Amino acid sequence: MITWVALVVVVLMLASAVAVLLLRSFVAAVAASSVVGLGLTVLFVLMRAPDVAMTEAAVGAGLSGVILALALRRLGLWHIEAAAEDRDRA
Amino acid sequence: MRNLASLLFAGGLAFLLLAIASQLAFGTPSMRVGAEILAVAPDEVGAANLVTAVLLGYRGIDTLGELAILFAAATAAGVVLGRRHANARRDPPGGEVLRTGADLLFPLLLVVGLYVIAHGHLTPGGGFQGGVILAAAFFVIILAQPTRHLRHSLISWIEGLAGAAFILIGLWALVEDGDFLAPLLGQGAMGELLSAGTLPLLSLAIGLKVGAELAGIMAHIAEAEAPDA
Repeated sequence: MITWVALVVVVLMLASAVAVLLLRSFVAAVAASSVVGLGLTVLFVLMRAPDVAMTEAAVGAGLSGVILALALRRLGLWHIEAAAEDRDRA
Repeated sequence: MRNLASLLFAGGLAFLLLAIASQLAFGTPSMRVGAEILAVAPDEVGAANLVTAVLLGYRGIDTLGELAILFAAATAAGVVLGRRHANARRDPPGGEVLRTGADLLFPLLLVVGLYVIAHGHLTPGGGFQGGVILAAAFFVIILAQPTRHLRHSLISWIEGLAGAAFILIGLWALVEDGDFLAPLLGQGAMGELLSAGTLPLLSLAIGLKVGAELAGIMAHIAEAEAPDA
């Protein structure tokens, strides 16, 4: 049972890791990279390492995603609603 | 030329990894130290959570090294992102839902973070995890209301005092016990909140330091001026 759960999580992680490379939107790529960390958290819980899982959830899934997202904003690549406004302006 | 160089580099790295992998079978040499610590730690340190016993009791100086690395990273981020034009555009505040949600989340995250820090020697968690949760609590507020900014002087005071407290506890143990960061103050009853000697104090110092540092880094990046789109 646990093997199947782990298998699903691993496939999800691989899919989102590939998605990071293929997605055109930077915001979506950052979100996908957080999903990799989230999957790793689940794997750590399955392997009965709750301490590591908490660290991974906080740093891998949360903090690194936030820092990447803030870096996108700093570089002016953060476009969700702004894309429509830009089109109107241009 | 550059492609050739990167190909050479990747090839060399693969060769090194293969050389190491061919010499070592997976999982050998077996690390016996884990079993030894499992057998000895409950009586020696008195922490119900053995991971914390290892992190703060047996490998405290490793943890100090991690704190030093984090400090260097926070300082570098502050140096690189520190400047901001006085008239730079600030982000508009979030909507009503976002602001109310942030105000509701803030005390909750604060309590969870302090709980995780205080129970680091009893349940999974500890200074680092709790510190990140504390940093998240302050960062949620900044996200909802960008005009409200963190006082960086206060943050660096908390950070410095917590780091100094960690080292001072270590030096105190060096004087008292002869080993840097050796657990002091007696073990107490395992499973009690006040047990495992100085481990809760070290955990609190780490939590405050990590929380202040990460909140500082994120506030720095968030306050950095965004280019006009």
